[in-house]
Amino acid sequence: MTMGIYEISLATLVSINVISALGLNLISGFCGQISLGHAAFYGIGAYTAAILAKAGLPFPAALLAGMALAGLAGLIVGLTSLRVREDFLAITTMGVGFLFIGIVRQNAFLGGEMGISAIPAIGLSKAGFLAMVLILAALTTVFNLWVKKSWMGFAFEAVADDEDTARVLSLDVSSYKLTAFALGTALAGLAGGLYTFFARFISPDNFGFVTSISILSMVAVGGIGSVFGVLVSTIFLTLMPEFFQFLSDYKLLVYGALLFGAMRFWPDGLAGLYASLAGRQGRRSSDRAEGP
Amino acid sequence: MLYLELLIQGLVYGCMYAVIAVGLTLVYGLLRILHVAHAGLFALGAYLGLLITNWSGSLALGLLGSALIVGLAGMLLYRLCYQPILDRPPYVALIASIGLFIAMEEIFRLIFGPYGLTYKVPPLQAKVLVLGVNLRQAECGLILMAVVLLGGLSYLSQKTRIGVAWRATVDDPQMARAFGVDTIKVRYLNFFIGSSLAAMAGVFVSLLSNVVEPTMGGVPSYKALAIIVLGGLGNVKGTLIASLVLGVVEAFGTIYIGKLLDRDAIAFALLIVILMIRPQGLFTRQ
Repeated sequence: MTMGIYEISLATLVSINVISALGLNLISGFCGQISLGHAAFYGIGAYTAAILAKAGLPFPAALLAGMALAGLAGLIVGLTSLRVREDFLAITTMGVGFLFIGIVRQNAFLGGEMGISAIPAIGLSKAGFLAMVLILAALTTVFNLWVKKSWMGFAFEAVADDEDTARVLSLDVSSYKLTAFALGTALAGLAGGLYTFFARFISPDNFGFVTSISILSMVAVGGIGSVFGVLVSTIFLTLMPEFFQFLSDYKLLVYGALLFGAMRFWPDGLAGLYASLAGRQGRRSSDRAEGP
Repeated sequence: MLYLELLIQGLVYGCMYAVIAVGLTLVYGLLRILHVAHAGLFALGAYLGLLITNWSGSLALGLLGSALIVGLAGMLLYRLCYQPILDRPPYVALIASIGLFIAMEEIFRLIFGPYGLTYKVPPLQAKVLVLGVNLRQAECGLILMAVVLLGGLSYLSQKTRIGVAWRATVDDPQMARAFGVDTIKVRYLNFFIGSSLAAMAGVFVSLLSNVVEPTMGGVPSYKALAIIVLGGLGNVKGTLIASLVLGVVEAFGTIYIGKLLDRDAIAFALLIVILMIRPQGLFTRQ
């Protein structure tokens, strides 16, 4: 198979999105903490990597620093998640996203409205870069699968199911929530750093609310908590705007309609759709809101 | 003098937030849904108000027509979009609502074009002197509308049978039903009222800026979400106070810390700081 520059760029973008979506899957999918501000951590990784690389730090160090700083920020937001629950958390994380964008826009050091350009190249060919990102995406997938099967994954699931019960079972709910946040946001930071070195130009527009929502859609449309569902939907949602290029005026409309349609008609996502096609029972549904 | 001017500007914005946010908090109180698409109805209201006003030359007709049509649209939205997924986990309705909002913005863009529409003859632009501060009639109108509508709403909920049924449903839907309240009807009414309020806020915002754009719902929507959280989700009185507080803090904030944070970031910084201190919102007991 031969790939042109265009296909290689798309595949790279898909892999970067896989890393960030699987990061969110740890937080929202496994641990049940809905975050509407994931793009902020993606952005922290991207900006950190960009600034450090421009200051002359070698590529791996800049990437790791971005990952670490995003994880640290995630840990701090995770502390919020110990205090606020459910919808409060969704709105708080949304606020974190807007705050991040607000700070970046007003700050000349961070490039302001213009963003940061001329980020140093890392000396890999396009194909070489793709290979590296693919390996990292594969490692992230394996890590997600491992977490799901591990003791930590069971604990996450218990916290997602019913926090109070988990606490009664003497699980340390706080530390699991913090762990999920730190790991998930560090992955977002990694993805952001990779995006920096891929695009070599970043601006506040890359990390706004729409980005947070599109990452959340990848997780939700895939089937929240299902690693393979998230993989499939990330590939699909990243490529979809390209398929719909001939409808470029309607791109966002299709995106919004799809998001709405998926939640309205297959709320368990692709994973739930697959499960029901295979004749198995869909995932549990909450009894939180009263039915019609 | 500057202080007074900022305070009044803040209250104007606060009233606008209040009229939008009350609808949201009512939906939240009733259904536990974060109704992001509310902002789509706000923009729809602005479009309809402008179109009807331009066509008929009467702002009153524009306001009424817009409130009525958007109220019905809100009911339709509930029936077609939210009702079927109410028994799902809350994130399902949240994400559906966001998708719906994005789609609505795009539909406005396709129908009305990306650059926005303007009034042929912008109504209510004359200056009025209030407490020594120059305001436009539209700004006074916004405050007046907020006071009248929200006052009326408070009367409706406190003093009438419908209001009692409404409050009972918000408090405990099953109990309300056991006492013979038609909770389904209450929900429709709720969506009608909340959506009409959003539409009227949309019309007034378009009067202030004399432009109606596809994306005009975005920022007020996210802020209204922040406000209802600050007010203690589902708490109407808390929402009103939080709206006014936010309007005033923003007005002062843009002057004094505008170099560090823009207007929107100030709102969310306030939200995060307050939630750190009072995680259940400002005005919830417990």
